[in-house]
Amino acid sequence: MKSARFPQPMKPGATARRAVAVAIVMGLMIWSGAASNAEIPLAERRSGYEEMRPETRAMQDDDTSNPGMLWVLDGEALWQRKAGAAGRACADCHGDATQSMRGVAARHPAFDAKRGAPVDLAGRINICRTEQQNAPPLTLEGRDMLALSAFVTLQSRGMPIESNDERLKPFIEAGRRQFTEQQGQLNLSCAQCHDDNWGQKLAGNTIPQGHPTGYPLYRLEWQSLGSLQRRLRNCLTGIRAEAPPLGAAEHIALETFLMWRARGMKMESPAVRP
Amino acid sequence: MSNKSPDNKIAGPSRRDMIRLAGLAGLAGSVTPLAMRPAYATAEAMQEAIRKVVGEATVTPGKVKLEIPPLVENGNTVPCEVTVESPMTPTDHVQAIYVFCEKNPQPNAFAARLGPRAGRPAIATRIRLADTQTVIAIAELSDGTFWSDSTDVIITLGACLEDLI
Amino acid sequence: MARALINVPASAKRGEVIAIRTLISHPMESGFRHTSTGERIPRDIITGFVARYNGEEIFRVELFPAIAANPFVTFNTVATESGTIEFEWSGDNGFSATERRNITVE
Repeated sequence: MKSARFPQPMKPGATARRAVAVAIVMGLMIWSGAASNAEIPLAERRSGYEEMRPETRAMQDDDTSNPGMLWVLDGEALWQRKAGAAGRACADCHGDATQSMRGVAARHPAFDAKRGAPVDLAGRINICRTEQQNAPPLTLEGRDMLALSAFVTLQSRGMPIESNDERLKPFIEAGRRQFTEQQGQLNLSCAQCHDDNWGQKLAGNTIPQGHPTGYPLYRLEWQSLGSLQRRLRNCLTGIRAEAPPLGAAEHIALETFLMWRARGMKMESPAVRP
Repeated sequence: MSNKSPDNKIAGPSRRDMIRLAGLAGLAGSVTPLAMRPAYATAEAMQEAIRKVVGEATVTPGKVKLEIPPLVENGNTVPCEVTVESPMTPTDHVQAIYVFCEKNPQPNAFAARLGPRAGRPAIATRIRLADTQTVIAIAELSDGTFWSDSTDVIITLGACLEDLI
Repeated sequence: MARALINVPASAKRGEVIAIRTLISHPMESGFRHTSTGERIPRDIITGFVARYNGEEIFRVELFPAIAANPFVTFNTVATESGTIEFEWSGDNGFSATERRNITVE
């Protein structure tokens, strides 16, 4: 439940004075050692889409004007391209992606029994690349990986996020610990912004609850499509914390927790965000 | 230049001429190579860019509607639509639409050529705005007149970016 | 290979004004950015876009660094006859891309 100490969500266009006030309040809260980890009730969860201005939402709503769809087009072509010593395309094993990939992204990161740990979609794609196609893995956050991820994730659009695998529990807990621990030079936790102060202003934008429903997405700041991991690393930069390398187990654990936190919410990738 | 004698060499430059020459020299001295120019253009640079397009003609506010959100979440991608009132007949139509930005490093955003085949004189695109500033749209009609609209846009910046600022 | 998303109605009535939407992938590197070590990143943008309807130019726009990455351009034209609308983008470093769409006009 949203703490009664904090004011109601601001109307758009709040002044810089308000942002400073929030910073002061948060500073006092941190100084006093009170870290309120109030989880958002399931019914109150909202996508970052709701916090955006209408013009940005309009960019996401239309497939012919959503820049993220350019990567989906590339991914669609890559799906058919033969690769590796095995000379196999994704399509050769998986056929029509609109059928075979339906719901897949909505339940990733997924537990991989062989590895005894969750694997995210990029990890799963690279497992196929190396083990099934005998091809070198795709560079994480590279153009091809993003294109394929975008194309596969599109097949889950509108479907609810699923997170009910018991085997993921320890990883969800590890992710939750990351989410609630204060870190970085600014000594902030994810929860302090995204559980306790969502809906308020930070540096001119409204703080979203931070759900992964739209990833991979086109971030206006990047002028490019990017993964959830890229965005999480931006958050770490924001609080002046050091980020582990791309693909690190810590990132996967946090993603696993975020998908659990967003369970039941609808996928909307490729989203557009500021 | 009224106090010059017909033969300039004998009378020497007037005081007014000297001021003018000094001004020109100052201007010449201030045209630095592109690489060294300061990061943001000025309102003068935008006026200069507009002058290049309209020449000596007057630009009258009206007939043009520039639609840009007044408050923008990220200056990298700002939706921008320009529509003009015009019957779009062969004898009375919009020839061109220009958009200028006051505080971008470079004042031009786009220059579009239309004609009666356009049907509806409207263009939409997405522009970059480096800072809070005024954006001006100018339409050139087939009769040679220029019309304009302008909007003040406030740019905000998201939190938690990739690069340390 | 530059991907483009184009929205042209497949059919229209003669004389109807149709809206055409185009979106092409391109970084539109402005030429005003610097690397973390201070070097200027050279400009690399699409500078021109032309649309031709059965060979006749119906729209042309000159683009500057102020146009956002992955340029989105929408404009209108009168549906005069059935045929092909051709879109051509050109820019720095010899950039060139062409797309075509057919339209049936009753």
